Amino acid sequence: MTSFVKPKIRRPNEPTNALGLARSDYEGNMSTLCAGCGHDSVTAAIVRSFYELSIPPHRALKISGIGCSSKTTSYFMNDSHGANTVHGRMPSFATGALSANNDLPTIGISGDGDSLSIGLGQMAHAMRRNVNMLYMLENNGVYGLTKGQFSASADLGSLPKKGVPNEFSPIDPVAFALSVGATFIARSFSGDREQLVSLVKAGLKHKGFAIIDVISPCVSFNDHKGSTKSYAHTYEFYSKAVHADYIPPSQEIVAAYDEGELMPVELHDGGFIQLRKIDADYDPTDRGAAFNRVVASDNANEILTGLLYIDESQPDLHETQNMEARPLNEIPYAELNPGADQLAALQAEFR
Amino acid sequence: MSGPGLNDFVIKIGTVNGTGSASANGLLMKSIFRMGIPVVGKNVFPSNIQGLPTWYEIRVSGDGHTGRSGDVHMMVAMNQATYDQDLAELATGGVLLYDSTWPRPQLENRPDVTVIGVPLMAMCNEVVKAARSRILMKNMAYVGAVAALVDIDLNVIRSLIEETFAAKAKLIDSNMEAVRLGYDYVKENYECPLRFRVSALDKTKGKVMIDGNTAASLGAVYAGATFGAWYPITPSTSLMDGFVKYCRKLRVDPETGKNKYCIIQAEDELAAAGLIIGAAWNGARAFTPTSGPGISLMSEWIGFAYYTEIPVVFFDIQRTGPSTGMPTRTQQCDIQTTAYASHGDTKHIVLYPADPNECFEFSAQSFDLAERFQTPVFFLSDIDIGMNDWMVDELTWDDNYVPDRGKVLSEDDLSKMESFSRYLDIDGDHIPYRTLPGTDPKGAYFLRGSGHNAHARYTELGDEYQEVVDRLHSKWESAKTAVPAPIVDKANAQARQGIIAIGSSDAAVREARARLEADGIPVDYMRIRGFPFSDEVEAFIADHDEIFVIEQNRDAQLHGMLLNETTVSRDKLTPVLHYSGEPLNYRFVYDQLMKRIKLRKIA
Repeated sequence: MTSFVKPKIRRPNEPTNALGLARSDYEGNMSTLCAGCGHDSVTAAIVRSFYELSIPPHRALKISGIGCSSKTTSYFMNDSHGANTVHGRMPSFATGALSANNDLPTIGISGDGDSLSIGLGQMAHAMRRNVNMLYMLENNGVYGLTKGQFSASADLGSLPKKGVPNEFSPIDPVAFALSVGATFIARSFSGDREQLVSLVKAGLKHKGFAIIDVISPCVSFNDHKGSTKSYAHTYEFYSKAVHADYIPPSQEIVAAYDEGELMPVELHDGGFIQLRKIDADYDPTDRGAAFNRVVASDNANEILTGLLYIDESQPDLHETQNMEARPLNEIPYAELNPGADQLAALQAEFR
Repeated sequence: MSGPGLNDFVIKIGTVNGTGSASANGLLMKSIFRMGIPVVGKNVFPSNIQGLPTWYEIRVSGDGHTGRSGDVHMMVAMNQATYDQDLAELATGGVLLYDSTWPRPQLENRPDVTVIGVPLMAMCNEVVKAARSRILMKNMAYVGAVAALVDIDLNVIRSLIEETFAAKAKLIDSNMEAVRLGYDYVKENYECPLRFRVSALDKTKGKVMIDGNTAASLGAVYAGATFGAWYPITPSTSLMDGFVKYCRKLRVDPETGKNKYCIIQAEDELAAAGLIIGAAWNGARAFTPTSGPGISLMSEWIGFAYYTEIPVVFFDIQRTGPSTGMPTRTQQCDIQTTAYASHGDTKHIVLYPADPNECFEFSAQSFDLAERFQTPVFFLSDIDIGMNDWMVDELTWDDNYVPDRGKVLSEDDLSKMESFSRYLDIDGDHIPYRTLPGTDPKGAYFLRGSGHNAHARYTELGDEYQEVVDRLHSKWESAKTAVPAPIVDKANAQARQGIIAIGSSDAAVREARARLEADGIPVDYMRIRGFPFSDEVEAFIADHDEIFVIEQNRDAQLHGMLLNETTVSRDKLTPVLHYSGEPLNYRFVYDQLMKRIKLRKIA
């Protein structure tokens, strides 16, 4: 099998964004995932988000690890540099790439198999470094490419297609991210395009590490009765806590809802993330309270979604490293060479 | 067969680690260096912070030999736990110096050596109050005692102490006082100087005493490396320490105070490799220093970078394996690991520096080779080179140097092209063009460790797959003329035998070769400096009846590679292996070769 290059078809009168690009300009190769796979919906949400934010595709980076979800980096934005790396190690590659040039909006694509087992350490360290990227964790509770083994996010007692129920407690990426201290933590569902698009856009605009845990059912190995990661189960137990909309710097904030429900969070680019509380008691800026609520939801089998935590005040890695604004890969050698005289002088201590 | 004599002897100092003796030993060595006499120091230390035995060996060699001799002429025995071992190691006619504050009758068991007792601790306790200072001053007192015995100039010692404590003038006098305690006691109680002693020469001009890791870190700075990631591991840590130090000094914008570099301490070696590969993919010159265990962990990434053609530099400062092994002892045990690192068909470019001066040169060159050939490059050093101070020519830099960034397409280049294919061999030199993210939509490509064709598209078609991996092999092979060429040291007479060695074996091998020649046995010597092996390597083997492959590991790894990578016959190559963890000495090489050559003659 080779890859399928999707022909670029521009419909007449297709709307364009601020760059004059159509949504089709943000598409990639044909997906080779199973028909109905949640990941394809996530890919579509990513395409729409980049398009609506008018990010030039060639100025974006898309990086993934290994697994079904990680394959999707080639299914969007063919004009972007993309990298499908090694298992569980997308975060280190992305951190290195962003260190060389942090001007490039970066999306990391991973799954529960890639992130919660071999990749748990790297994901945690990208969080604590507050690397300026959006990390998509497409979560279906199973290993698809190796045909249906449980992953570390499978719920206790969830039934496999064949064999015995899962006997180990799950790692919840949201609770994990809250405990490590990620600065933008969200959960969504591949079946809720509107919520997902707003979260992807807000996550891309957040300065620092943003993670979206997306429940994205596997139609081939984990969509049966008794699975807690199926479409049916997710629709049934899905609950929205906080909605988030990205408002660009040029746009005025209009209060469309009752005061008190709305909470604007100012971003570094002058724009805002407008939070709309669906659950009036939830405060997504209170880490301790968010953790309690997330754990309580887990225990109640409720799938709590939306922007669950945000902290816009933390420095990102670039700032912590005290690096100059110009990307490392654009600094001319003349500025990097200390010169022959300097070399002679600094050897005084070795004589 | 060597010394002791004027400017030709070995002092070994046995102490307990964590007692501050390193600076005293450094002072002794530096004083001799400042007197214009070639000298070399070897630190043999434990994997521990405090309390275990540690030794420092100083070889004074007016003839300029930089390897170990294998003899000890003066033992400064400061660690009672190793007295027996230290005494046994002393050559006949040698001198044992010990702290006679406590009587040690067992030290009188060797009638063939001279025992010199100096009540170091007792003297220091009299003049120094603080307990920690007493221990440090005792170290300075043995420096004084040794200085008196081998005639080191006290003024040179004083000026070094003045430089060290320039900011803390009080310490200058107290340290000198301690030196005088030992110096005066020995002068008053023993006949000085000894038969073997130093006498000022003029042979260290234009030389520096520097360790290989520091020199390699400077090479990375001068090559324009901007990104470094590492996970701390002995003995590579000081390489990153050096890079941090020199970046802070030389790479911070004086006006804005902002850094023109990025250094990340990774969570492990898996991450360190990913970090540098990501940074290099995005156009930064990137490297990681590590040791054998780190290379094992990085191996999956190494294959990824090889197959996806990303230019990165791995510094492997070897230590004894397997597993944790003896992490503070030296070996050349990663020769094959680095040459063929990772699963699948992988072959790499490897450089073998032999001393700190070459560490500087090869470190900078590694980045050029990586970017020209778009592949990982390994810089293979070891503890002996990396962490010991060697006397080498002063490091120099040519300000006309222009980094070889390889085939990278600019926005302008791309605008003139109809289409771009990342892995297409357009020029017929097996090296494709690459683009950096963010340059131009036309330059976009998808990087993947899975099967890909010349257009960087996913493939499972056999012929498309083979086209790429065959080109990778040709590309690697073509690097044989770009890596540093071997150096041949020819005997004065026609030699039937030859030696092949790499890296830190060089000093001991050169000295052994010279001594064999002086004893009527001409042997040629080729030092290989890079992999893939150049054609000269096979020609050198063909020109001799027998080649001794001298290396510092059990399994004859270099020997195995010579058989694997050339067409020479197995019976031509004889491995000579040294793998105790101590740096190679010339006596071992001399004895081994002498024995084997004599055997051949009898046969």
